[in-house]
Amino acid sequence: MPLDPAFIGRSYPPSQPYDVSREKIREFAGAIGATSPAYLDAEAAKALGHRDVIAPPTFAIVVSMKTNETVMFDPELELDYSRVVHGDQNFTHHRPITAGDQLVCVAHIDAITSRMGNDMVTVRTEISTVGGEPVTTARSMLVVRGEDA
Amino acid sequence: MTYEVGTELPALSVRLKRDDLVRYAGASLDFNPIHWNEKTARDVGLPDVIAHGMLTMAVASRIVAEWIGDPGAIVEYGCRFGRPVVVPNDDEGALVEVTAKVTKDLGDGTVKVNINAAFDGKSVLTGAFARVRIS
Repeated sequence: MPLDPAFIGRSYPPSQPYDVSREKIREFAGAIGATSPAYLDAEAAKALGHRDVIAPPTFAIVVSMKTNETVMFDPELELDYSRVVHGDQNFTHHRPITAGDQLVCVAHIDAITSRMGNDMVTVRTEISTVGGEPVTTARSMLVVRGEDA
Repeated sequence: MTYEVGTELPALSVRLKRDDLVRYAGASLDFNPIHWNEKTARDVGLPDVIAHGMLTMAVASRIVAEWIGDPGAIVEYGCRFGRPVVVPNDDEGALVEVTAKVTKDLGDGTVKVNINAAFDGKSVLTGAFARVRIS
């Protein structure tokens, strides 16, 4: 059954704050094989003008994980998770995610379209500090494969 | 360092093996079993376990981060997930070859870098690009 376009524009309540730690950044950088000193060494990061170590450009996916799950498992949306494929992903960084940040996510459904039996859902997650400073805008397009696709 | 349009970034080759997928699952909290369990992967019609698209995207970001020096200069990064990277349960894993080129001066102190990530001779990320601040 196609997803209901009436959900376009739906917004979700803000997440609990996510505390960004040096150790989680180090763990994530290690898992992607990244060795940039700005991820690993606070002094090196400061020499580049950052407050502390910064996170790799795709780290925002970790921060927004719980919020995106809230959308995917929204019972009213009736999205069949077993048929979901990640179609595309974009991160716009208003500034780098930095160790010590306390980040809040707010998810919005920006688009629902159908093509050739598949539904496409675009979720935009605005990530900002608890003080309201915009940090990252993450856009995920999820493809829900149709029964016959 | 030159940021001129046409500049090719130093190429990057990354071998992804099963233990890399498990490690990324833990670090990213994405425990979808298609990234570590062959049976689940085959049950949904995949040839074998596949890498997280987000792992391929993250690995490809390294070509820009290592070139620019300050990864905080990456102000935008996007891609579509075109094909899966299939990771067999052996010592070889899957070889992902990343290339990138400066394609446009956007005139606002940033340049656009187009990124290609290939596996098995085919592009796995479609339209991958980074917008990088250079001044």
